[in-house]
Amino acid sequence: MKKIILPLSLAFGWFLLTSASVEKNVNDDPKNTKIRPDNDNGGIKLASGFGAVVVAEATGKARHIKVLPNGTIYIKNSNAKDEKGITVLKDTNSDGKADETEYFGNFGGTGIDIYNGYLYASSNSEVFRYKLDANGNVIDKKNPETVITGLPDLKQHESKPFTFDESGHIYVTIGAPSNVCQEKDRQKGSPGMMPCPLLEKNGGIWQFDADKLKQKQENGIRFATGIRNAVALDWDTNSKTLYALQHGRDMLFQHYPEMFSAEKGAELPAEEFLLIKKNDDFGWPYSYYDQDKKQMMLGPEYGGDGKKTYAKAKKPIMAFPGHWAPNDVLFYHGNQFPAKYKNGAFICFHGSWNRAPLNQAGYFVAFVPFKNGLPSGPYEVFAEDFAGGPEIKSPGDAKARPMGLAEGSDGTLYITDSVKGKVWRVMYNK
Amino acid sequence: MKKNIILFLILNAFFAFAQTPKVTDGKGIYTQYCLACHQEDGTGVPNLNPPLRKSDWVNGDRNRLIKVILEGLDEEIEVNGESYNRVMAAHSFLTDKQVADVLTYIRSNFGNSSDAIKEEEVKVLRNKKP
Repeated sequence: MKKIILPLSLAFGWFLLTSASVEKNVNDDPKNTKIRPDNDNGGIKLASGFGAVVVAEATGKARHIKVLPNGTIYIKNSNAKDEKGITVLKDTNSDGKADETEYFGNFGGTGIDIYNGYLYASSNSEVFRYKLDANGNVIDKKNPETVITGLPDLKQHESKPFTFDESGHIYVTIGAPSNVCQEKDRQKGSPGMMPCPLLEKNGGIWQFDADKLKQKQENGIRFATGIRNAVALDWDTNSKTLYALQHGRDMLFQHYPEMFSAEKGAELPAEEFLLIKKNDDFGWPYSYYDQDKKQMMLGPEYGGDGKKTYAKAKKPIMAFPGHWAPNDVLFYHGNQFPAKYKNGAFICFHGSWNRAPLNQAGYFVAFVPFKNGLPSGPYEVFAEDFAGGPEIKSPGDAKARPMGLAEGSDGTLYITDSVKGKVWRVMYNK
Repeated sequence: MKKNIILFLILNAFFAFAQTPKVTDGKGIYTQYCLACHQEDGTGVPNLNPPLRKSDWVNGDRNRLIKVILEGLDEEIEVNGESYNRVMAAHSFLTDKQVADVLTYIRSNFGNSSDAIKEEEVKVLRNKKP
């Protein structure tokens, strides 16, 4: 009898394993499923031990991304041509590759997220939401509810990315429609306005009720100010804090060649990693952060000379070289990656256009380890070679530009590309 | 002595040539004021700053092009099938000759082969301004 039981139980165990793997969804641990990294990791170079599978090759001009627990992927696109404002990807046979692609939505934009059973997505002036059914599908694709309306869309830094906290708030970036609030934007010699009138309604992060409909800007509160543009923002559920990354100002060398060399103008000012508390002021447009001096500096439009410091702004918690364009940040809470990644931040740098005559730079995904809500070490390159070559002279040459980040419920990391909408899923190969 | 003078002259000429382009020629003006947004090869920045390469705005209506430099541009335009809506700053601080030189440079580079813009054309348009 024993002789029979052992093979039987083995067979039954094997049956459980295989049937489980058949039922296993794309969101499950890839080491138990058929999902394997592509041989070339989809053309990108990853930190040691990681691999990537290409989920989709070309979904459109992709911006931010969200992945549901069941594996359904929603991507916001900047272009809504042919009602393709939002991409839906599904991997029904669980091989890591999307085999169903669907589009809906008649507005272009950047932000996308899930909150309380709704899919939220933003245009450059509004935040909408769609009710999801039990399977995570949008019930009425034609008629979203309007959560926030009438936000300024002023042709520059106009995207409205957002994130949620755990007490019913949505935080929306309202970027400054200007480089440094000159009377005539980006015009050499035009003075900086003091005080800058744009700050009243722009250049900060606003907090709204996540559940109320048809809110206008004045129904929200200006949570933090002096932020030129923060496309990357995330509420970290571990430290219960809002973080964002600012795109630093342009044109130090072009407008002040007597103060800044071309090389200095390429490296300055820093792209700033901000820890944001209510009523913080980060100094735009009056100041910028010099990562070499580790000081907030008075901007030349406001009497600065490259040496005078500025005392009234909160400093960043970390600084990166100029013009890399941080366009998404994600605090990693999964277990699929090694322990050092837990509660750290992944940052998607979109890549520069304003470092000429030097080569362009920053087309990569960085990782910053965190401890007690602050960086605990220098940043590391996590994923690179998106652009398709070590030297990028002009951003138009980049084959791909990393744009958005999402964590799958299994702890794998999704990365979108804004050029063609390629989507990678990164996993640790144990 | 004569030898030294000749050497001096040769060296002088050499250094004059070896210097980086001055802001006085079209390429120099382009490098200082235009390159950051429109890039070294005139391809622009996708979704932000339009390309100059094979653009109708560069190779088409001459007066419209000169006005973009003198007055800037604050409207959504379409170039080669893509739309761009960033504000272009006015560059009226450039002299008539500098505007003509930089436009001539743009119109004869980056795959463009349109004829030169003359200083006089810039002057006429600048004076027309209300």
